[in-house]
Amino acid sequence: MAPLVPMSQPWVEKYRPRQVKDVAHQEEVVRVLTNTLQTADLPHMLFYGPPGTGKTTTALAIAYQLYGPELYKSRVLELNASDDRGINVVRTKIKDFAAVAVGTTRKAGYPCPPYKIIILDEADSMTEDAQNALRRTMETYSKVTRFFFICNYISRIIEPLASRCAKFRFKPLSEEVMSSRVMHICNEEGLNLDAQALSTLSAISQGDLRRAITYLQSAARLFGSSISSSDLISVSGVIPEDVVKSLLAACRSGEFDMANKEVSNIIADGYPVSQLMAQFLDVIVSSDDIPDDQKARICKKLGETDKCLVDGADEYLQLLDVASETIRALFNMPQTLVF
Amino acid sequence: MLWVDKYRPKTLDKVTVHDQVAQNLRKLVSEQDCPHLLFYGPSGSGKKTLILALIKQMFGAGAEKVKLENKTWKIDTGTRTLEIELAMLSSSHHVEMNPSDAGFQDRYVVQEVIKEMAKNRPIDAKGKRAFKVLVLNEVDKLSREAQHSLRRTMEKYSSSCRLILCCNSSSKVTEAVRSRCLNVRVNAPSEDQIVQVLEFIGKKENLHLPAGFAARIAAQSNRNLRRAILFFETCKVQQYPFTSNQVVPPLDWEQYVSEIATDILTEQSPKRLYAVRQKFYELLVNCIPPESILKKLLAELLRKLDADLKHEICHWAAHYEHKMRLGSKAIFHLEAFVAKFMSVYKEFLVATFG
Repeated sequence: MAPLVPMSQPWVEKYRPRQVKDVAHQEEVVRVLTNTLQTADLPHMLFYGPPGTGKTTTALAIAYQLYGPELYKSRVLELNASDDRGINVVRTKIKDFAAVAVGTTRKAGYPCPPYKIIILDEADSMTEDAQNALRRTMETYSKVTRFFFICNYISRIIEPLASRCAKFRFKPLSEEVMSSRVMHICNEEGLNLDAQALSTLSAISQGDLRRAITYLQSAARLFGSSISSSDLISVSGVIPEDVVKSLLAACRSGEFDMANKEVSNIIADGYPVSQLMAQFLDVIVSSDDIPDDQKARICKKLGETDKCLVDGADEYLQLLDVASETIRALFNMPQTLVF
Repeated sequence: MLWVDKYRPKTLDKVTVHDQVAQNLRKLVSEQDCPHLLFYGPSGSGKKTLILALIKQMFGAGAEKVKLENKTWKIDTGTRTLEIELAMLSSSHHVEMNPSDAGFQDRYVVQEVIKEMAKNRPIDAKGKRAFKVLVLNEVDKLSREAQHSLRRTMEKYSSSCRLILCCNSSSKVTEAVRSRCLNVRVNAPSEDQIVQVLEFIGKKENLHLPAGFAARIAAQSNRNLRRAILFFETCKVQQYPFTSNQVVPPLDWEQYVSEIATDILTEQSPKRLYAVRQKFYELLVNCIPPESILKKLLAELLRKLDADLKHEICHWAAHYEHKMRLGSKAIFHLEAFVAKFMSVYKEFLVATFG
């Protein structure tokens, strides 16, 4: 076989905390789990919270710390959304794994408690049927198996499952925590990041550490070791502030043709419309001179348009529709024409 | 050879319009490795040119020897075997294909092809490039399932193949796929840049360009460089030497659509609607995409309407385009739009002129 080019590992993997105590900013979870490490007793767990806050990292870290690298393979089953997780898998694969009894082999230095762990990542994308099928399995084999559910939205986990678990909410990372992590990586990788770039990075990643690190790595790949805030913006796909502002300005002018021209330019520049609408929403909500009822009208339109875009509608027409509705809202024109 | 192909920049150094992007790409592949890439931008902005130049930069001239093959994939889905036929362009270093051509079976194509490529990893004596590049066009037209299976495949086989994805709008590519790629935005060239390119071609072809002629082509091209060059070549065939007031012929389907616009502005009646339907059928059987028809029709109508009506009409255009995407028969929705327009317009006329 041809020698492989040494793969540059994604930094997200490289700097993933290996120990529970290294997980940033989630004190309660860390406290409970460190306790677990001493007593080796563990309830079923449900981790929920926005992406990039360390849910998967925590689950993997606790599994490693409990079993060590050797036993890990036989004791932990990890399934995520890209694996098939229909009701059949729950009935066969998960049940089979859960039913196997565990030996009492111990490895020095690890607690090795007498149960196995099943980690179901992105559990909110499991169908309701599949979740229902898990209920009894969880109870029957609770002597030998613990379940970890990881999800973004707890409301998508059916109530019977949620009530069987200890729930932990993962908070979005604050700016300081994020900056200190990013600085740590910069030091390790020999990158040069000024204060402005650092705050930009925190702002565009919105509390999602994984996204921040991914942006940082892409920027480092493209622009070398010194990274400015505009470099970060260009790799992140975030739309420059003035593009969004000028769209709003065109809408404020009340001229349909001007808005139309602005929209055509945005489309020609290739900016993704879904991203643009998210930022447009921020600008609308935060502008003080627009009365609440007008804001509400624009936001309603943005919501409808987002649905249309998900259905695959044309970006130009949808954005034009948003722009025209914004004009009508700003000038208090009626929704439908009355003659 | 068409000028579009003849003057396509072959290497990253020769790229003129997106020199900044090209420079970054060159930096990217100067290290041995390259991440998965996602190019997005409107059509005719130069995505494909950049991708081809990038591949050439990576693998040298070997990547230029491409062959076209029609391959049939036999896929066992458990209950039955599917046969999918797909055209692909391949060299010893890269494969280019259009997975959305497989329709609703695109998921299997994505999984199978990458798996097979990963198995036949190229063996290079110098151990230089041990991965292949797979170029997937129109990823935004892939179904949700295909995109989801793409994300798993991307991670699983990342040691032996790199994906270069190419699409028009990155909103339609799932977040999961986007976050695994380095996103490269390719904006449409500005009119000035188009003029420069046209003048460059004119010089190479030893043509005399009257002042302002290139600018007029550029204005008509809608910031689409490919279309501008095609227009330019058409003009050359039509009449040379150029005269300064020579008309740049519009695309015939666009002319046809503007006729439709005039039709429905002059008379709003079921009879006219019936006549317009024939014209829509004519356009559709000539494979003009229905979205393009609707967009062009809207643009034509907007030119001739009052401001109040513009809001109304653009809302309905967006509405019916969305419905068209959900449904399967484009003609119904095109007609519905025209009917809606007629009713709004008629009401407006009656209210203003009595």
